[in-house]
Amino acid sequence: MKQLGIVGQSVRRTDGIGHVTGTTRYVDDVFYPNMLWLKMVRSPVARGIIHSVDTSQAEAFPGVAAVITARDVPNNWYTILGLIGIGPNDEPVLADSEVMYEGEPICAIVAESEEIACEAASLVRVEIEEQEPVLDLEYALSPQAPAIKKWGNNTYMYDGMDHRQVRFGNIEAAFAQADHIIEGSYQMSPIEHVPMETHVCVVNPEGDGRLTVHTNTQALYFSLDNTAIILKMPTHRLHFIGGTVGGGFGGKVDVITEPITCIAAMKTGRAVKWRWTREEEFRRSSTRAGAKIEFRDAVMNDGRIIGRKVRSLQDAGAYHRHSPYGLQKHMANVAGPYNIPNVWIDAYCVYTNRQPASAMRGFGVTEASFAVEVQMEKIARTIGIDSWEIRMVNAYRNGQMRAIRKVVEDATLVETIKAAADLVGYELPAHLRAMHSNDYTREDNDQSHGEGAPRHDR
Amino acid sequence: MNTLTDTLTVTFKLNSKPVALAVPPLTTLRSALREHLHLHATKAGCGQGGCGSCTVLVNGEPTLSCLLPVALVEGQEVTTLEGISSYGSLHPLQEAFYEHFAAQCGYCTSGMILTAKALLERNPHPSREEIAEALSGNMCRCTGYLPIVEAIEDAARKMEEGQ
Amino acid sequence: MAKVRGRGIAAVNYPTGMNLGGDPSQALIFCQPTGNFSVKLASTDLGQGLKTAIAQIAAETLGASLDTIIVDTGDTDSAPHCMGTFASRGTHRIGNAVIMAAREARQALLDIAAEELEAVPEDLVAANGEIYVKGSPHRKISIPEVAGAAHFKYGRTISGRGIFLKPLSKVDPETGACDPDSTEAHATTVADVEVDTETGEVTVLRLASAYEVGQQVNPEMVNGQIIGGAVMGMAHALMESVFPYYPSLDHHPGSFSEYLIPTALDVPEIESVVLEYPSSNGPYGVKGVGEMTANSPIPAIVNAIYDAVGVWITDLPVTPEKVLRALEEKEAYGSAGSRRNQ
Repeated sequence: MKQLGIVGQSVRRTDGIGHVTGTTRYVDDVFYPNMLWLKMVRSPVARGIIHSVDTSQAEAFPGVAAVITARDVPNNWYTILGLIGIGPNDEPVLADSEVMYEGEPICAIVAESEEIACEAASLVRVEIEEQEPVLDLEYALSPQAPAIKKWGNNTYMYDGMDHRQVRFGNIEAAFAQADHIIEGSYQMSPIEHVPMETHVCVVNPEGDGRLTVHTNTQALYFSLDNTAIILKMPTHRLHFIGGTVGGGFGGKVDVITEPITCIAAMKTGRAVKWRWTREEEFRRSSTRAGAKIEFRDAVMNDGRIIGRKVRSLQDAGAYHRHSPYGLQKHMANVAGPYNIPNVWIDAYCVYTNRQPASAMRGFGVTEASFAVEVQMEKIARTIGIDSWEIRMVNAYRNGQMRAIRKVVEDATLVETIKAAADLVGYELPAHLRAMHSNDYTREDNDQSHGEGAPRHDR
Repeated sequence: MNTLTDTLTVTFKLNSKPVALAVPPLTTLRSALREHLHLHATKAGCGQGGCGSCTVLVNGEPTLSCLLPVALVEGQEVTTLEGISSYGSLHPLQEAFYEHFAAQCGYCTSGMILTAKALLERNPHPSREEIAEALSGNMCRCTGYLPIVEAIEDAARKMEEGQ
Repeated sequence: MAKVRGRGIAAVNYPTGMNLGGDPSQALIFCQPTGNFSVKLASTDLGQGLKTAIAQIAAETLGASLDTIIVDTGDTDSAPHCMGTFASRGTHRIGNAVIMAAREARQALLDIAAEELEAVPEDLVAANGEIYVKGSPHRKISIPEVAGAAHFKYGRTISGRGIFLKPLSKVDPETGACDPDSTEAHATTVADVEVDTETGEVTVLRLASAYEVGQQVNPEMVNGQIIGGAVMGMAHALMESVFPYYPSLDHHPGSFSEYLIPTALDVPEIESVVLEYPSSNGPYGVKGVGEMTANSPIPAIVNAIYDAVGVWITDLPVTPEKVLRALEEKEAYGSAGSRRNQ
């Protein structure tokens, strides 16, 4: 292997001096002369029908430059997954006829100061006929629940199906053959990214008709493209500037500030800043999805898992955001980094009336790894196999076939297990120490490529 | 008094220089520093007194500037991160944070360094526990705190040796 | 009533790249006549240190010294498309794009240097800001000299273009077959915890992990992800919830006093070892690391709780209330775990 000179060295960060002197520039440090501040008026209820929105008192409040409602949004749909073929559009930029989560944006106040904007926002009168929210995953899937999505059910539709699935091998044969059937149910509630820097966006309308958009998005061009679609504006009129983010963790990929701030800048002809409060970050910004994952495993006495059946529900909250994508990532990983010849997975992206879930550090894999590894421990404890052994026996090797029908390469799970044992001073028995990720050799009668009966032996 | 449109004059010492401001009466010190004086090292992390990223020193004491009306620093001494070193040189704490990779996104860094500075002034060789205790009001989501604690330990040693 | 210790392990994988691919990134490099390289990206640094890692990759590939690399990001008017920083894709995709651009620029450097040194480009080596003839290191020229000559004497550009794309793959709706990732990183975490059976509080004493990341570009920055991830993972396991009574919306937190994240006082001992088995397609073998480090601690902690007190808490976060209820149920029913949690 080539000898590396600079790659592999712990050189000091190029932005390190900027950080420790407080001179690194963030979006909240961007100021324009005569800049206006934006505050969002949001739904007080989790589900309801909007009957009226009266902004007259807010508009008349001294220091208010503009009020932005759904009528001001040229293409009032969040299109963020449209660019990668996920649809249909389900989330308005500003709520128009209904609200689907507590905190959903309804209208924006643009004013001379943050304080004036807040004061005026409190004068907006919204009449909403409250409806019973759908909050529980199982209830949302049941026929008793009202369909809160316009296509008539509460799941994302993938190729005409209400779930994504993996079918690999013959799960029923595995159950029939198993020495043990081990079940487990794993759940997590939504959590928040909590970056130290909240969402901030500053837009300046330029003299040449372009908009300069300063944003702490994690994805500049993605945000630009979506903003252009929402504004019905050619992309060459948008200039996005960013690149320094005070913590992202997946929470700044929803294009949630730029379109509205652009509209405000165009409507007023002045620079506009929208800085989210910490309360908005906790209560209104996207979260990690809540999840419920159920396992039913077919296990042999020697610890080999020969079949895994998974039913997984992801709580996307009120709207798509990135959840339909994340659910697929989850599906690809929820059988775990293990060689299991028979796998059956049903994974559902479920909608409820809560603040939308979206990407967060580990997206889809966090809950998969949690469920897989606690289930693994449960198996070990139930059948009386050592915790280290059960993982090493089942760990996938290079050359084996994953349930999603991709050949394993770059596998190093076994190596990390051995290294961790060394680190904590745990002496693995010789037969485990001898294992490595390249110790799998394909036999002629090997049926690990998925079809046919489960393998009995190694 | 109309708190949205009236102004109040406040005079105080900022990084050893006198400053006079005319601002709306309920302006916070944080807002005065960031939005009126355009000193951006002090960060706006929460506005609720919960994260510590707005920490400055008032008469040498770590203070949450997001909750303090600027009127209350009338006649007092305020120190921000901009004031602890001059351009081209670094305070030992800044040097240590740089060397120890104690800043990732950088948003908590100003609050951390100022809190540490005040700690080392009253306790020049704090234990790890004392450092963690002093920092317990400064949230960091990126680093996991250990590099920050190590940086402060290192700075304490260097400050003792050097000066 | 006692404080009981337990140990749990967890072994995980983490995929590199946006799921199913289709996430390209481009990079442009140009050389100033004084020999500095501007790397133009529209990528974002979230604090993980992408700008530094990219500077290192560019310097390595160009043979330039690190301080002559200017990483300029992000401005859509002056830099080409990047899909963004997420899915542990940054160093992998952007690094690959930068390598491609740097190779083109390097070739242009070598071509000019060959003319200046009266050699052939194939015989030249670029390293640490200098270009010299293999075997005759005294026959050398500095990169700044080459850059100046290229621009003012030869009228030739020294620049490079790069892109990395893993084409979008589809999911077979019947079988679930798909190509989700470029490569997989792996990790094993061992958690040692102490459970207070009187209060239900769980204290993480130590997290010891082995992380396999392909190739570290900057070991201290990788370590930053390990420590930061460990604390975030611990918080996910024990402290955090947007809906404490999920699925109910009640008590929806709005501040740091209601939504708990760790402070400096909550940090356990964190130890780690990093393994490097270069990936087949990452820049210098890199695999993405930023997300994996927050995942492996979570089940390790839950498994350690079981090891300590014999209850499965399988509904995160593991609050003291859940631990106490599970212990009460165990005492009442004598089973090895809460019936509700199974």
